[in-house]
Amino acid sequence: MTAKSLFLLAAAAIGVAAPASAHNAWLLPSITVLSDTVQSVTVDMGASTAPFEPNHQPLPAENVKVWAPDGSMGKVENASRGRYRSTFDVKIDKPGTWRIGMENNGIGGTFKVNGEPWMVGRRRGPAPAPGAAAPAMTPPPAPPAASAAADAAGGRPRIDPSHIVATIDEIPAGATDLDLTETTGRNEFFVTAGEPSDTLFKATGKGLEFVPVTLPTDLVSNEPGQFRFLVDGKPAAGLEVEVIPGGRRYREADQAQKLKTDAQGLLTVNWPGAGFYWINASHTDDKPSNPKAAKRRMSYTATLEVLAP
Amino acid sequence: MKKSLVLAAGIIAAPVSTAASAGTITITIPRINASEYHAPYVAAWIEPAGGGQARTLAVWYDVDKVGNEPGTKWLADLRTWWRKGGRSLKLPANGVSGATRAPGAHRITIPTNVKAGAYTLHVEAAREDGGRELVSMPLTIPAANGRASGTTEMGAITISAR
Repeated sequence: MTAKSLFLLAAAAIGVAAPASAHNAWLLPSITVLSDTVQSVTVDMGASTAPFEPNHQPLPAENVKVWAPDGSMGKVENASRGRYRSTFDVKIDKPGTWRIGMENNGIGGTFKVNGEPWMVGRRRGPAPAPGAAAPAMTPPPAPPAASAAADAAGGRPRIDPSHIVATIDEIPAGATDLDLTETTGRNEFFVTAGEPSDTLFKATGKGLEFVPVTLPTDLVSNEPGQFRFLVDGKPAAGLEVEVIPGGRRYREADQAQKLKTDAQGLLTVNWPGAGFYWINASHTDDKPSNPKAAKRRMSYTATLEVLAP
Repeated sequence: MKKSLVLAAGIIAAPVSTAASAGTITITIPRINASEYHAPYVAAWIEPAGGGQARTLAVWYDVDKVGNEPGTKWLADLRTWWRKGGRSLKLPANGVSGATRAPGAHRITIPTNVKAGAYTLHVEAAREDGGRELVSMPLTIPAANGRASGTTEMGAITISAR
């Protein structure tokens, strides 16, 4: 092993690696239906193979945003980071339906300068598999060496740490072979205090959007849930959505469902039982908002609580 | 004389029961042997048999408990009632909400302004350190006699015409 690769490997060991693409990022609230406005919800968040099982990596609570039903932003309180999960509380002090979660945007990819491979953004390991929520998160800043070593481990050409730029604005003039992907992602859950409201579900017409038909805190195991997905304001027909229940250890089958939206972008989910569910959809196209990027990869992840009837 | 005759005619023509009440529902809260017994939260409501808006007839909860953990905190444990209409109710609601009841039989009068027709009566109970039970039965207005019973958190529920 050369001294340089040894250094890279060591740096990878020290650096905080970004969650690998095979892991699912999730937020798990303590409750989603509250009968007054003097309570809080406490939330776990992590990335792991099976949703809601904290056994791999925490996620940064600093990235969480709180949208209150009246349009104002709420606050994350008591954030703490453990080995396998981060935790935080949110005071639910206004009636209506809240959205709480992470919203991430970034541009990453490769380009060439004088034939040498360069990279922009934070590398997240091998190309993400469909359904993985990893690109939707902003991992803690990883030292470039760690990312490069991950590339090396994945069998891709090694990129010299000096050939990595943080943002696309730093791409040198004269760069060629730009292969940049714009990534946007949302990972959230919902809490309703008192009567539900739908003020936060108005489509903006940009990117991949989730517009519930069945209110997300109104789900019961003996009634199907219906949710519409839009891309740039238009129904996302044929979108693949994965629906995975928690509580895997207490039964035989994993009961994960791979569903598709219909021609109107509508997803109908029949719930195998009550409990928390992790849903994830992603869509790649060639309509990024940034002209330097060639592709756009959008993902949507949500945690839904389905109650017993 | 003429005036009172007109008045009487108006009452008879109305499509609701002319009795003083449209019927009575008796809810029996079971006596449960628990080391720390708490009277259950109970909600009783009716829904039109073919579907439609729920109407709460009674909800019994810790009305007097206020402060950091008020009695309202546990209303959502009556999860079916909460979804079907409980969450839209402004509490306390006169003639509807009240304190929890001790084990025994308790009467609710069916309001006279409920339109005649077929309904389903639901009674849900949730108890601290205990379970939850939902009992549903058909109810017609004007009321005819009927009876159902829970098995764990709810006792007999009887409907009587008077």
